Amino acid sequence: MERKTVFEGKLLPCLLVAPQLLVTILFFFWPAGQAVWFAFLRQDAFGIRTSFVGLENFQDLFADPLYLETLRNTLVFAAGVSLIALTVALLLAVMADRQIRGAGLYRILLVWPYAIAPAVAAVLWIFLFHPQIGLLGRALNEAGLPFDYKLNGTQAMLVVILAAAWKQVSYNFIFFLAGLQSIPKSVLEAAAIDGARPAYRFWTVTFPLLSPTTFFLLVVNLVYAFFETFGVIDALTKGGPARATETLIYRAYIDGRVNLDLGMSSAQSVVLMLVVILLTAVQFRFIERRVHY
Amino acid sequence: MSTTDSPGGRAGTDWLAHAVLLLGVVLFALPLWIVLMGSSHDAATIGRGEVPLLPGPHAAENYAAAWGRGPTGVPVARMLWNSTVMALCVAVGKIAISILSAYAVVFFRLPGRNLVFWSIFLTLMLPVEVRIFPTFKVVSDLGLVNTYAGLIIPIIASATATLLFRQFFLTIPDEFVEAAKMDGAGPLRFFRDVVLPLSRTNMAALFVILFVYGWNQYLWPLLVATSEDVETVVIGMVKMIGSESNTDWSLVMTTCVLALLPPVLVVLLMQRWFVKGLTETEK
Repeated sequence: MERKTVFEGKLLPCLLVAPQLLVTILFFFWPAGQAVWFAFLRQDAFGIRTSFVGLENFQDLFADPLYLETLRNTLVFAAGVSLIALTVALLLAVMADRQIRGAGLYRILLVWPYAIAPAVAAVLWIFLFHPQIGLLGRALNEAGLPFDYKLNGTQAMLVVILAAAWKQVSYNFIFFLAGLQSIPKSVLEAAAIDGARPAYRFWTVTFPLLSPTTFFLLVVNLVYAFFETFGVIDALTKGGPARATETLIYRAYIDGRVNLDLGMSSAQSVVLMLVVILLTAVQFRFIERRVHY
Repeated sequence: MSTTDSPGGRAGTDWLAHAVLLLGVVLFALPLWIVLMGSSHDAATIGRGEVPLLPGPHAAENYAAAWGRGPTGVPVARMLWNSTVMALCVAVGKIAISILSAYAVVFFRLPGRNLVFWSIFLTLMLPVEVRIFPTFKVVSDLGLVNTYAGLIIPIIASATATLLFRQFFLTIPDEFVEAAKMDGAGPLRFFRDVVLPLSRTNMAALFVILFVYGWNQYLWPLLVATSEDVETVVIGMVKMIGSESNTDWSLVMTTCVLALLPPVLVVLLMQRWFVKGLTETEK
């Protein structure tokens, strides 16, 4: 798409795009290129010699049972977060779309968690689930159900999933509500006149019409769970206990920051890059709209 | 389940909608309520696990203590200032950089503009998380570790904002440009007098989204802003939890409230623009 009428000149437009291009090249393309290049290198134990090792880092990565374990954790985590955040948001949006008293107020009270940082959400959930000082955690223990997300891996996974999903519901809610409001009323009225019951109408008319929104949100939620939940994990469990809540991004961070293994950390970055590219491409292939970052 | 006035029993199911929505509101508000109330009790009460659900007498001293000194020695006021600088610079910077480059791409026959467009587009696929260590290397080579510049500039390019402005600029009628040319107005004048005023709503919407994005950054500040001079409040708050046994939980709660208030207020006060902007930019 282009404009017919434009301004003359070459220098001015170049100056106008210069800041964007400079930042993009210096802080996006150059580092991304380096990450890819480092993924094929290996340093010796003393950090003196660096040699090209081809795909060895990747072979080691996928031969490492701990990495595969982390991959499995990440998939469980991402699926759990997306499923919960989407279902709850859809339910709330369908209810908020009705013409009931106070609908506007409900919307305001359901939208604000969008502004909460993932790490802040995690801290809020500490005060719910902490075994000694958390409202629910303490109640569970007093009721004779041992609950400690710092010791029990399954419980830890449950808590990080809930905290991460809790924060994402608002975002999904906003999009589902916008999607519902864009469905032409005449379609639903026609179904109603045909005598379709509300629940039947929802599954046969509303839900299929919402599917582009649902699909878009699914990709956004997966990207969120893969990349933006670092703060949730770091504040709540630090990947523990015994790596039970270690996700791909958390492991890449630990390998690069704590273990200082640049080759392996870069190989993991490349794997993550492929994940983003795949998700973005899928999104493009199926809905021809602009993409989310 | 719709907005239609379908015959039969709509009022009968309204209570269901109220019940579900109320449950949702409570589920969202409960964690917030706990920290809000907790921040008005002393550390001993929280430490005993009493989880107060009503306000206590220590609010003033908790907030004063956090504001002035902070549990780890860094005043929370300082952290809030750092977060504010970061969020504002990220939001304003992203909007400025994006609107200029979108203007160049749309209103000129820029040499190699397809290349420019695609390079901006590709940044969508490189979130800071996947290029984190090499980016840190660049920032450290430039001597920008522990500076505001190092905190802000590497995340300041925004494909989303550029694409939004590009889309919007394509809808500005050609007659506007022709009229401007006939009046002898140059491209900069046209930008200032026509394009900027028309973009106000888009800019407001983006501001909310990007302010929240900047304020809530975690992984990047964790790596690049380790000195307390530039520590942001979200990082500072998580650091306070460090060792469980001697964590001052009531100050963690106080800091938590202070850390979440600014972005929540921005979203609530600018809700109209925010909802519109979000659903339009990200589709």
